[in-house]
Amino acid sequence: MNTLERFRRSYFFYSFKRDKTALVSFSIFAFLVLVSLLAPVIAPHDPYDTSTIDILDAEIPPSWMDGGEDRFWLGTDIQGRDLYSTMLYGLRTSVAIGLGAVIFQALLGIAVGLTAGYMGGKTDSFLMRIADIQFSIPYLIVAIIASAVFQLAFGVARFAEMAMPLLIVIIGISEWPKYARTVRASVLGERKKEYVEAARVIGLNRWRIMIRHILPNTLTPVLVISTIQVAQAVMSEAALSFLGLGMPITKPSLGSLIKAGFEYVFSGSWWITFFPGLLLVVFTLVVILFGDWLRDVLNPKLYKG
Amino acid sequence: MFAFIVRRIIEAIIVMLVISFIGFAVQHSIGDPIRDMVGLRVSVEDREALRDKLGLNDPFLTQYFRFVRNALHGDLGTSYFHNKPCTEVILSKAPATIELVIGSSIIILLFTFPVGVFSAIWPRHWFSRLTMGASTVGVAIPVFLTAIALIYVFGVELNWLPSYGRGQTVNIGGWETGFLTVDGILHLILPSVSLSSIMLPLYIRLIRSEMMEVLETEYIKFAWAKGLDKKRIWLVHAFKNTLLPVITVFGVEIGILFAFTLLTETVFQWQGMGFMFLEAVERSDTALLVAYMMVVGGMFVFINTVVDITYGFVNPMVRIAGAK
Repeated sequence: MNTLERFRRSYFFYSFKRDKTALVSFSIFAFLVLVSLLAPVIAPHDPYDTSTIDILDAEIPPSWMDGGEDRFWLGTDIQGRDLYSTMLYGLRTSVAIGLGAVIFQALLGIAVGLTAGYMGGKTDSFLMRIADIQFSIPYLIVAIIASAVFQLAFGVARFAEMAMPLLIVIIGISEWPKYARTVRASVLGERKKEYVEAARVIGLNRWRIMIRHILPNTLTPVLVISTIQVAQAVMSEAALSFLGLGMPITKPSLGSLIKAGFEYVFSGSWWITFFPGLLLVVFTLVVILFGDWLRDVLNPKLYKG
Repeated sequence: MFAFIVRRIIEAIIVMLVISFIGFAVQHSIGDPIRDMVGLRVSVEDREALRDKLGLNDPFLTQYFRFVRNALHGDLGTSYFHNKPCTEVILSKAPATIELVIGSSIIILLFTFPVGVFSAIWPRHWFSRLTMGASTVGVAIPVFLTAIALIYVFGVELNWLPSYGRGQTVNIGGWETGFLTVDGILHLILPSVSLSSIMLPLYIRLIRSEMMEVLETEYIKFAWAKGLDKKRIWLVHAFKNTLLPVITVFGVEIGILFAFTLLTETVFQWQGMGFMFLEAVERSDTALLVAYMMVVGGMFVFINTVVDITYGFVNPMVRIAGAK
């Protein structure tokens, strides 16, 4: 039986097919990720190509409203960019930052959690104390202060240039303790098991035991929190950009689009904020719903609250 | 117990030292106090002389110890933009933020308990299903979108409530309060509602699941068997035991509420600490930024230490587990 066949017959796939919420939310999630990846192909305009943008096109309402034009399906933003295309590119940036930040924080957290859990003793208490201390300060405060410091250190222009990798690092740093705690907890459960003992008797070195033997058995909880963390990271990116500490307006992300439109909502141009906002909510919602389902399936012991 | 308290306090001091070290390193590497103090026309020699006089050419560690000593005396430097001591600026902005947090805490407590208890008692009622559905969606809506929607509906379209600023405030012993004037309270409504929107879904769910768990316990079954009045069982027997864990979580998570004031204050132009912080970033006011970092860090360290010590009193397990 090959892997695909095994997957198709698994309980995981069976319950996925039966659960309507999981099916719908995963389909929407997959669709949004696909659309964002294909943004350069699908989008009718390129928001990064300044030669096609005309400031005279600014604030045109969606095509079905009075004054709307067929060229711009969802209208245009304050700089005259086609809102639909800009949103696709914005989603692409947000998803990239979200996934990047989760991968970064997972790597950092897993490394710390694995080391702390396996080594124990002084290393453990030292590393986990750091995680505890950071955990006691809300992640948003950490992220906001970190990006403020980066922005002052690099200057606004340089920061805008490197905004994407910086945001991945900032959001990653603000959330790693969650992974460290989760991984450490499962490592403590695995460490005393016989297969680890056996590996040690064979004389494998501790890094090999940690990475090849223990790590694979701790990945289920990591997977469970990762989905929720993607939603969290996308929200953090939006919050930071909204505060002016994230993506600049010239490089659209969902957050920076909302920020750009915010001041124009009250003069009647509601669509500049509404559509990116809706997209952000839908994306976060489907990720959360799928994450909830994943948690219930992979961890049936958990109480469904 | 005494040893536990001492250890927690020592830990808190170490953490504060680390935070102050980071803060100082930030100030040392980005800020230029000379630029903040003098104009462009001052010559290079004069600047150097001033640097020497202020001790800015001292070794890093000497300067750091001076920074800590000043911080202990409540002196966190001078804000370049406000031209006032940072502590003074932050203290003058703190009441606005604290009142915002208090306002939304009141809304959260008033709203979540009835709804949570109701949906625990009648989980199949249409209202319970509606709130459960709404709270799932609610988690995914960022606070600034709620705030913008509220301003759009109640501030712009209906024109019922003021949508920015704090309105009329009264000064009581240096504390600018908006709670005592009608105008101040009207201004507080929209910001507090949008700030509370991040916690409402979570708390309704928390209270519901806690209450449902309590309703399944033996002593509630026994109370039913005794034939007690159902209101008495729900409100006196079950609710009381739901209260404790929920209040504990609320006490711990009030910090998260504080974090989100930054977003709420930006949308509503609320003149609090968060708004001040973002202004400081825009104006490259490094001293104020570092001071904010120290104050906020200190606040969280203080809250956590107090919470831990209180737990230590209530639950001896914590003391033993921590002792090793």
